[in-house]
Amino acid sequence: MRDDAFDMLRRMTRARVALGRCGDGLPTQARLEFQMAHALARDAVWGKVNFDSIADALAPREVIKVASAAPDRASYLRRPDLGRRLAAGAASQLPSGPFDLVFVIADGLSADAVERHAADVVIATEARLPGLAIGPVVLASQARVALGDDVGAAMRARLVAVLIGERPGLSAADSLGVYLTLHPAPGLRDSARNCISNIHDHGLSAERAGEKLAWLVREALRIGVTGIGLKEAAPDGAIETTHSTAEITHHKPTGARGHE
Amino acid sequence: MTGAFRSRHRGETHVFDDLKTLLACASPRRSGDELAGVAADSAARRVAARMALADVPLRRFLDEPLIPYETDEVTRLILDSHDAAAFAPVAALTVGQFREWLLSWEADADRLATLAPGLTPEMVAAVSKLCGNGDLIAIAAKCRVVTAFRSTIGLPGRLSSRLQPNDPTDDPQAIAAGTLDGLLFGMGDAVIGINPATDNVEACIRLLSMLDDIRCKFEVPTQSCVLSHVTTSIQAIEQGAPLDLVFQSIAGTEAANAGFGVTLALLAEAQDAAQSLKRGTIGSNVMYFETGQGAALSADAHHGLDQQTVEARAYAVARAFSPLLVNTVVGFIGPEYLYDAKEIIRAGLEDHFCAKLLGVPMGCDVCYTNHAEADQDDMDDLALLLAAANVNFLIAVPGADDIMLNYQSLSHHDVMRLRHLLNRRPAPEFEAWLARMGLLDEHGRVPPLPRSAPAVTRLIGRGARA
Repeated sequence: MRDDAFDMLRRMTRARVALGRCGDGLPTQARLEFQMAHALARDAVWGKVNFDSIADALAPREVIKVASAAPDRASYLRRPDLGRRLAAGAASQLPSGPFDLVFVIADGLSADAVERHAADVVIATEARLPGLAIGPVVLASQARVALGDDVGAAMRARLVAVLIGERPGLSAADSLGVYLTLHPAPGLRDSARNCISNIHDHGLSAERAGEKLAWLVREALRIGVTGIGLKEAAPDGAIETTHSTAEITHHKPTGARGHE
Repeated sequence: MTGAFRSRHRGETHVFDDLKTLLACASPRRSGDELAGVAADSAARRVAARMALADVPLRRFLDEPLIPYETDEVTRLILDSHDAAAFAPVAALTVGQFREWLLSWEADADRLATLAPGLTPEMVAAVSKLCGNGDLIAIAAKCRVVTAFRSTIGLPGRLSSRLQPNDPTDDPQAIAAGTLDGLLFGMGDAVIGINPATDNVEACIRLLSMLDDIRCKFEVPTQSCVLSHVTTSIQAIEQGAPLDLVFQSIAGTEAANAGFGVTLALLAEAQDAAQSLKRGTIGSNVMYFETGQGAALSADAHHGLDQQTVEARAYAVARAFSPLLVNTVVGFIGPEYLYDAKEIIRAGLEDHFCAKLLGVPMGCDVCYTNHAEADQDDMDDLALLLAAANVNFLIAVPGADDIMLNYQSLSHHDVMRLRHLLNRRPAPEFEAWLARMGLLDEHGRVPPLPRSAPAVTRLIGRGARA
């Protein structure tokens, strides 16, 4: 077909422009494509992570399964505070360390992200960190980022890295984020963490995420800080800290990315 | 007259310790109030609270601040700016009687406009809790709040739109494409507004200049905005950027505003700076605010108030700065504050109702995130209800999919369809521009144009080279 004005618009952006019109409505194909993108995102939010297959992928590493205080997905969505705490009795199931680093794989808001990328990121990171005392990998269900503070404290970890499914968008339903925290303890502020986000097939690769995370781990242990202080020391400036409320709310008035 | 409130029904007495407890228990059920631990714990207690609230005199909200005058500058603003003369016609009413007066035919557009400076956020929040969705729509539809900069927003029979061409990398080509796509649907008469991916002065100025170039090239009678922090906008003004509107997210308490990094004094400074540029041609409303239920709680700055009441207090903040535009970003906050479509739709109608009664030029970002129990059908519903309630403007995004903020709003199609369905026109200056561009038919509608139409190739061909 001849290259026309609408084709030019489409080439300029990933946004849904030049969709066409049927009267005042969307053409059927555009409508169904939108619905499929939303359906994938919904399935990612409500999906249950198959932690057994993640354990297989991580073998022979030891894994430990824990749950948050949120009893089910609906409670998890309504009560972020429950997702940030371990279920009663769970802390006593964890080895008391001490460890230099503990990985927590948390379902967060995307089962797809965790199943597709989390084990690869752990393996890629660990390969770059010889000589560190790394604890068993904790597999946490109905979990938010701050659950890592409870886990890290119970395991006497110097650093905890929480790999968690990010809130799905229509363009990527399988995006993984990583949050690194030094001296994890309940009640820490999000500004004490560093974040690597957008790990998915069309974003940051698991290999590259592993490189970044390994660099953060070494630097955090060397200079004794995570959060803003570590971000400022990063060579490429590409390391994010967790957005504080004030930073993210410039965009739209809300407090968090949904999984924090 | 302090002390507990009581409501007795079928032998059971419900006691509410104070005014904020009564308001919280009277609120329709929503997840944010349950998260905060302030919601009624049964359906009967909720209605019992409404029964007690119906008997509370409106005056009591002046005598008994929910957040102390001494510790909160928003409370001071509300009480110090209260217009007793404007309040006089309803001063003797209870909340229940006030609802009935608002519904009466006596309460017309002129009387409601005169009354607005006499109302406080707490009064309108209280009466909203006694209103059904239909009441919220019918009463809000009678209110008229008109503002202007280069276009006039809020006139009867008009429905304006914010064009929101966001891009995750702030790529000028991508933003231009989203903007042109929207203009072809008649979007953007309220504002062409970008949420920047990066909030710094250089990025802000770059985007402002780009939007201004497009606006000037086609002589579009509208205004642009880069939704940076207010301090970034002030610096951009100092550096000579072509800034039309100053944006800021605001909330209903001093502490929540501190979380956004703003004070009333800072907002006043920004308003003065933007007005000094005198860029508006037909009006001088230079502020644009966004709000949303849950913002105060998420900053742990809600002082035990329910999220709808504290949200209404944000409109008192907005009102003090004569904004061109205000909108609630109703479904963006997430399911821990508004769990599903029922809660999002109710909140959208409440926010619009409360703002309009207070004299605030209210619009809405009809939206949801992918972890909320809602979908595009629910947005169709809320948009139709708000348009029937004469909302000043709605936000429109290409294909309803914001690829930067990762949430869904309305599409250009959706807002255009509402205009055609309900016979609402764009702002008059913008409508005349659409006609000049060949984008309107003889009935004032935006017709589907063939790919080869001169209007399409002219707009896209020249715009893409911007």
